Amino acid sequence: MHHLPRCRAAGLGLVLTALVALPAFAQVDFTGEWAPLYHEDGPERLPGPELGDYTELPINAAARMAADTYDADRISVVPEYQCRPHGGDYSMRGLGNLRVWREIDPTSEKLVAIHTHLLAWDSERTIWMDGRPHPPDYAPHTWQGFSTGVWDGNMLNITTTHLKTNYMRRNGVPRSDKAVFTEHWTRHGDYLTVVTVIEDPVYLTEPLVRSDNWYIDPGQNIGVFGCEYAPEVPRPEGTVPSHLPGQNPYLKEFADWYGLPFEATRGGAETMYPEYQKKIAGEYHPPEKCARYCKCTSLFDCNVTSK
Amino acid sequence: MRALLQVYESVRLQRDFKMTMNGRLTVAHALLRAASPLLGTLLLAVALSFAQPPQINPDNVQLTMAPVQGSVYVLMGDGGNITVQVGKDGVALVDTGFAPLAPKAMAEIRKLSSGPVRWIVITHVHGDHTGGIAAMAKLGMTGESIGPPRIVAQSNVLNRMTGPQPNNGPKIPEAEWPNDEYFLPTKDFFFNGEAIVVYHLPDAHTDGDSIVFFRRSDVVSTGDIFRPGGYPIIDLARGGSVEGEINALNKIIDITVPAKYQEGGTLVIPGHGRLCDEADVVEYRNMLTVIRDRFRDMIKKGMTLEQVKAAHPTLDYDTQYGATSGTWTTEMFIDAVYKSLSEKKSASASK
Repeated sequence: MHHLPRCRAAGLGLVLTALVALPAFAQVDFTGEWAPLYHEDGPERLPGPELGDYTELPINAAARMAADTYDADRISVVPEYQCRPHGGDYSMRGLGNLRVWREIDPTSEKLVAIHTHLLAWDSERTIWMDGRPHPPDYAPHTWQGFSTGVWDGNMLNITTTHLKTNYMRRNGVPRSDKAVFTEHWTRHGDYLTVVTVIEDPVYLTEPLVRSDNWYIDPGQNIGVFGCEYAPEVPRPEGTVPSHLPGQNPYLKEFADWYGLPFEATRGGAETMYPEYQKKIAGEYHPPEKCARYCKCTSLFDCNVTSK
Repeated sequence: MRALLQVYESVRLQRDFKMTMNGRLTVAHALLRAASPLLGTLLLAVALSFAQPPQINPDNVQLTMAPVQGSVYVLMGDGGNITVQVGKDGVALVDTGFAPLAPKAMAEIRKLSSGPVRWIVITHVHGDHTGGIAAMAKLGMTGESIGPPRIVAQSNVLNRMTGPQPNNGPKIPEAEWPNDEYFLPTKDFFFNGEAIVVYHLPDAHTDGDSIVFFRRSDVVSTGDIFRPGGYPIIDLARGGSVEGEINALNKIIDITVPAKYQEGGTLVIPGHGRLCDEADVVEYRNMLTVIRDRFRDMIKKGMTLEQVKAAHPTLDYDTQYGATSGTWTTEMFIDAVYKSLSEKKSASASK
């Protein structure tokens, strides 16, 4: 009877282990420190969107009315809004850097979860990778929602449910707690692209698709955010600032500043597609010289007078 | 039905008489008078919808017991949510659901505790919260019981249960009445190692609403003052009002304390629907406050109920909270808000 020498058996074991681990190596590792790129939708994401700008949003009439009557004073007057974080569908678009790390089961070496931390409101998400189901309908909803992920080759597909009511755009366009969003994460070397698809039966007539990009930044140090609400404006308790329907004086500013027909700023599925450009061709009169947010790609060069 | 219509007509005549006697028939009076036939139908519809429990086959109902936090659980299914607190002293309940479901509900409770049910707090008078009182009290007794459970409710609940029933309905048996009513703003007791505080929030969903705060577990059970799945039911026929409902929601927000970044902390069990926290109540309060402000403006401008409806003042919230069928439709909500705020204006104008 022949026996393998002990050292040769150990070597064979290592080779077998490596072979077994190969599928894991085929998946992408997003672990690391990531810095945001703002070359997409910079003015919306950095200083914040203009009031009345609903462009590129396939919203319905309910969402439009909610945004038209929204008064930004609500953020300061309603104490509970002062420390309200972005929703999970928006947080990757907001300000701040990102950290991603993996949770590996030490016994099986299987990926249990991917965790993310964002500077803004210290928002943390867990993306469960172990095949667990989403919670039942009666479970509490959270700002970041409940996320599960599956691999499609090198792309990570994430589905998130159980979101709290929040905003789709920070000028009052709402997103409901019935919304579900799907993310597609892909890594190209030092760059991470996240495509988000939001479906909201309450406020959208078709899915909203948007994308964000990040670059690896190993030296970054994410600070502590911190937030404590405090009454800033003396108002009777329970005050909820809003504009009465038809009485918001700021809705046409955006159209006027950018030379757009007012209807084109109102959002809706039709306005998202190239064909709509032809429809408004005769009514679009852009200013001769850029006047607002003429350069806006980072925190340091994006303000209303940036040239 | 005819009896209720007579009652309503009588009230309307008395009100009109007072208006005439005061000699000040304001715009609000006129609007209210114009809207009265419709609103009478509304009152009747609401009264009827809560007077009769639906036909329920317990075999077709799935009840789900979910942990909330601390020693508090919630039993969800058909009917209102039942809050369950368990511990060494036994069981405390908030609301009882429909009567036919009581054996099934108690079977779920017995999976958590074999102790006696010693306290049942009733949040308001509607049958989907009170129907199971007698059955749950009986089923909840064990060898350790020293008597039937204390059944706590605000005194207006008892008044409405002992008085004439909507639609000339049958008298409610004494076994289903609260036996421990309170009339002060709060009532409290200590059970299973924690203080339990019952607050009366007047003239909100009804005139006898209570919310229950489990202090150590840090859970608030709200009854139907808060039902995140739909517009609040303003039961005008039983003393509900928009202003009272908003005040009640603000009180819940006062009691609840969120954990980091407005999430978690005090958990909220609504009368119907999923588990929530303060942020969910804030959204609901905001909705009703914004709608109240719009209606106030329209009533001040002298708009009739039909003109208000034509303006679609709740369009932005209808896709979230509205309904076109069932016991509480968007139209019924609009009618109730209009009437509630018109009456308030009438009352203040006649002072």
